[in-house]
Amino acid sequence: MNNRPREKGAPQRTPLWARHREAGGKIVPFAGWEMPIRYTSILEEHEAVRSAARLFDVSHMGDIILTGADAIPETERITTARLSGKSAGFIQYALLLNEEAGILDDILVYLLDGRVMLVVNAVNRAKDLEWIRAHADGDVDVTDSSGEISQIAVQGRASEMILSRLAGDGFVDPGYYRSTKATIAGMETIVSRTGYTGEFGYEIYAPWDGAVAIWDACLAAGAGTGLKPVGLGARDSLRLEMAYCLYGKDIDETVNPVEAKLTWTVRGKKEEWIGKEAYREVKEKGTDRLLTGFLLGKKEIPRHGFDILHEGARVGVITSGGYSPTCRAGIALGYVNTAVATASEGFEVNIRGRRAPATPVRGSFVPSSVKGDEEDSK
Amino acid sequence: MNIPEDRQYTREHEWILVDDGIATIGVTDFAQSELGDIVFIELPDVGDVMSADDTVATIEAVKTVADLFTPFPGKVVEVNERLAEDPDLVNRDPYGEGWIVRIEVDGEGEVGDLLEAAEYNSLVEEEGAD
Repeated sequence: MNNRPREKGAPQRTPLWARHREAGGKIVPFAGWEMPIRYTSILEEHEAVRSAARLFDVSHMGDIILTGADAIPETERITTARLSGKSAGFIQYALLLNEEAGILDDILVYLLDGRVMLVVNAVNRAKDLEWIRAHADGDVDVTDSSGEISQIAVQGRASEMILSRLAGDGFVDPGYYRSTKATIAGMETIVSRTGYTGEFGYEIYAPWDGAVAIWDACLAAGAGTGLKPVGLGARDSLRLEMAYCLYGKDIDETVNPVEAKLTWTVRGKKEEWIGKEAYREVKEKGTDRLLTGFLLGKKEIPRHGFDILHEGARVGVITSGGYSPTCRAGIALGYVNTAVATASEGFEVNIRGRRAPATPVRGSFVPSSVKGDEEDSK
Repeated sequence: MNIPEDRQYTREHEWILVDDGIATIGVTDFAQSELGDIVFIELPDVGDVMSADDTVATIEAVKTVADLFTPFPGKVVEVNERLAEDPDLVNRDPYGEGWIVRIEVDGEGEVGDLLEAAEYNSLVEEEGAD
């Protein structure tokens, strides 16, 4: 099976599509793919990730590989990643910016042996590929490996035990935001301590055709902890609780890193990079709006597009909103006018004509658990 | 898909059970399954007077929000108070304890285009229930 369209215009399927159907997954169209949004209940799936561990198929994500003598410096010029002095295994969350410092994509940059892998949003894969090919200079080959690489995420505190069973005694946890090679189900894979849930967890990159064997091996290794698959619905509510941006909702080409509070992705970057000039200008002048989190009441659920008010006046709009199973309340991210962005009170969200009080939240809505106990103490 | 034959349905996936001029309204098993986990239901006040196709309640699920419409005019005579604490009664028992509102049907009003169970079943099949 491969990820070429089944017919022109038809949504693509990951190699695990049949597994999702068999497991009772509710399949919906997502970014050109047929993906499971849930198997049973988003609430139950969300809570299981927070309390134990669950399995996600994220094979729809794109994988772009850069090779050649200039792969590292060109990645540093085309993205906000800083790779010089880093060794194989290093991973960075980075942005792909256009000349105006608008966010083309938010990506993970993997420094591997002799190559760089960019893990990109499915919805942006073709655009990113075109952009990178148009801007890459010197000795660098840009390959779209999205159809050859599957991606499976094991997320939750039980995932460390599951991975050591899966990958055998030789497996050593690479540490947060680092990757390592591991043999799983007889296949060579790349395992990274990354995720989109705020929990301790791993993402496994394996050959496309090996995804089913890896998936089944994960379920077998996690059987003792009740490991089951979860859908993209829980992935979205988990990331929103961490205030992680979702491309297409919270960030897009009309948003710059200052507005999205993603300036940390650019920190310490010295050489020339695409968007640098515009970014410096924005940084100096400041922006009109800033991404802000809001916690609402138990019965107030903000949704994408709802207006944000401050002392009765409209000051912004919700970009991501929903119910937080952990907070048991409505939570949201949205852009508000910079003039009021640091205010600590006076906010409301217009929920279908009703004004619901909203408390601004800096940082995540739920404490992050991405690091192990020993890592925390370091 | 569970579709009891003792009541009627709307194209918006609601069920209506009329007894002595009082219509009980809820959502179907298909609707609750499509909505997913229901976390809150905004209910009307008893005594509210509704026109046909008015929104009588708003159902907030984790991923989405849906309005409950009344297919005919009338006065709200009872709301399911238990839903304030247990909105997931609608997920667990959509045709029973998960009923949402009771409306005294306005005698002048027309009880419009309701579907029988078999017709509703065809509608659900057309919409591609899993």
